[in-house]
Amino acid sequence: MALSGLAIYKLLPKTNCKECGFPTCLAFAMKLAAKQAELSQCPYVSEEAKAALEESAAPPIRLVKIGEGDRALEVGNETVMFRHEKRFYHEPGLFVRVGDDEAPAAIEAKAREVANYKVERVGLNLRLSGIAIECRSGDAGRFAAAVEAARKGAGEVPMLLIGPSAAVLRAGVERATPRPLLVAATKDNWQEMVALAKEKGAPLTIRGDGDLSALAELAQQVKDAGIEDIVLDPGGRSLPDKLSQFTALRRLALRNNFRTLGYPIISFPGEGRDLENEAIAAAQDIAKYAGIIVLDHFDPAVAYILLTLRLNLYTDPQKPIQVSPGLYEIGAVKPESPLLVTTNFSLTYFSVAGEVEGSGIPAWLLIADAEGLSVLTAWAAGKFDAEVIAKAVKKFDVESKVSQRKIVLPGFVASLSGDLEDELPGWEVRVGPREAIDIPAYLKQWK
Amino acid sequence: MPARVEVPVDKYRGAVRQVTLGAGPDAGGTRKRVVVVGGETGLPFLGFEGSVPNPPVVGIEITAQPPEGWSEPLHEAWGDSVMADPAAWAAKAEQAGADLIFLSVQDTGQHQLSATEFAARVKAVLQATGLPLIVVGPGSAERDNELLVAVADAAKGERLALGRCEDKNYRTIVAAAMANGHLVVASSPIDVNLAKQLNILIRDMNLPLERVLMDPTTGALGYGLEYTYSVMERLRLAALQGDEMTQQPMICTIGQEAWRQKESRVGEGMPPEWGDWRRRAVLWEAVTATSLIHSGADIVILRHPQSVALVKQNVAELAAAYARRV
Repeated sequence: MALSGLAIYKLLPKTNCKECGFPTCLAFAMKLAAKQAELSQCPYVSEEAKAALEESAAPPIRLVKIGEGDRALEVGNETVMFRHEKRFYHEPGLFVRVGDDEAPAAIEAKAREVANYKVERVGLNLRLSGIAIECRSGDAGRFAAAVEAARKGAGEVPMLLIGPSAAVLRAGVERATPRPLLVAATKDNWQEMVALAKEKGAPLTIRGDGDLSALAELAQQVKDAGIEDIVLDPGGRSLPDKLSQFTALRRLALRNNFRTLGYPIISFPGEGRDLENEAIAAAQDIAKYAGIIVLDHFDPAVAYILLTLRLNLYTDPQKPIQVSPGLYEIGAVKPESPLLVTTNFSLTYFSVAGEVEGSGIPAWLLIADAEGLSVLTAWAAGKFDAEVIAKAVKKFDVESKVSQRKIVLPGFVASLSGDLEDELPGWEVRVGPREAIDIPAYLKQWK
Repeated sequence: MPARVEVPVDKYRGAVRQVTLGAGPDAGGTRKRVVVVGGETGLPFLGFEGSVPNPPVVGIEITAQPPEGWSEPLHEAWGDSVMADPAAWAAKAEQAGADLIFLSVQDTGQHQLSATEFAARVKAVLQATGLPLIVVGPGSAERDNELLVAVADAAKGERLALGRCEDKNYRTIVAAAMANGHLVVASSPIDVNLAKQLNILIRDMNLPLERVLMDPTTGALGYGLEYTYSVMERLRLAALQGDEMTQQPMICTIGQEAWRQKESRVGEGMPPEWGDWRRRAVLWEAVTATSLIHSGADIVILRHPQSVALVKQNVAELAAAYARRV
């Protein structure tokens, strides 16, 4: 855990020399605790203090980077058990596994499909993270060819290299994209795996057998041998075992500040499950603490579902994804086009705008500032009422842009009609459908 | 050899209340099966602390009149003739693995069911299945009161769950449940304090909390799931920490939410990256359900038999190893 301001103060020289730019050592300590100052600003700090402060400043779960460039993946550095306590920060990476027992052409094609997969949601482009290549043949040459084929198809996406020995993985690393994650060091082969990871500057997975004490021992050995970027596979494969082990690891890191196991976790939700059951197992991994998820199937419907779940759970609960309030033109609007009003929650906006667009009937869309909440939530919280809507009508100068005087409310807030008519003299308030999906039918009969 | 790693274990003061749905002949009803939910003393399926005496159950939603606006894959799964006959539908849902039946009624059709007609259909469903029944009105205060009062009386002693009670509309439903030996479903809009408040109001009418289920309002995957997920986690943590007004088992009407989204309703003209429609629609429902089970759902109400099978399999896997350990 980070040290408090007072704890930091005890480690400082306490001379109040002001050379750090703050009036007293205590003031400087407070700034350090708030992460608004750097320890290097103090010219007199002792080595001992430096070590203690650096240790305390390190995140309880290390941030590990896989790959390089635009599509590099960073996982770890999480700070809470539950998203409502603050938020989840680093979305788990989703990888699809291919085996070197498949034909190179098939590997290449699958890798290309995975790397190019992209789906748009609430204005964001969601993507899978990369490819995992597993050596099942035991043959280094065959594995190298598989990695080459995957890279040919996928391009510069992060890679996971899975194999039984350092000798096999070495053949793959030569042909993989930079900083591949090596999978996995065990108590039997960790020395050669560490040597390879060190030589190539690659992060390394360590694999246990369900016993967290043994896993901690292995992690310590690997770290002492010079590897900092570690990923943990605690060994559980059944859903309840994974739930318990992943939860235990996150608690040990966050609550006990147990650095020895303070690393991101890798999960393999497939391994014998069919596509549907794998999807459900992967959904558990997204919710419950996995940092890297290796799928054995690629299917666009499943990818879309898992990426949507990840987006949902990793959204900042304090800051829903929003669009700017304003008067939006959907299609080639005219002053006499219909006017619809809704909130500035991005999902609401994109759902409504998408349906209006799809209806082929141009319409004005007034987005009121409901603090980024959806219609019902905003209404329940008093953030989307007649006053808020009337304010938006005035602020965005609707009366000069729109010539007709009918405003359509979302069906869920029909009860605002009366109040809104009082707030907007001269306007007719209409109640639209509850669901965005029913907007096209509604607009077709709008007069 | 480093010291043994001690996993931090949380012991909680509180537990989720146990609620029994359905009454057999010994208890004044005719149910062949009763379902007990709740009783957890820890977070969902964490094997090293607490216990889950009653793993989450799956209810299947059927409608009193042929449903309007239901997605094509649902019609394919049940068949239109079954969907036109609530009794036949309930029997088929039981075969499909339902632990209980969730009967809803829409008021959008050409014909609005009278209270007598609705009560007769509820009776027919009770005859066709031995499972416990949850009955939910169309959602407007006046009609809910009219229909549910009639049902409560007609099915006296069956220990139905009647819903949805909301803050502006709970008195009549609670009174009807109280007088006829039923339970209620208390529904609040994704908010911890509103959920608590409604439980307090219901308790103040002297309905024992052993007869209250809590519906935190469900957001489907991609459509507010995260709000429901976090509110449920907060409610469950509060329950375990001993807040008596949050200790009701939670029910999530997954099917109603998942199946009205575009991803599930529309097959044609969608982006290719959305993948196969039927697979997407079934998994949209199943993943919404399993995610909310991880945040504390005790009852999930689904619509498609395939997602019912997937969710039941998931719960069985989570619960089996659990039983092994405790």
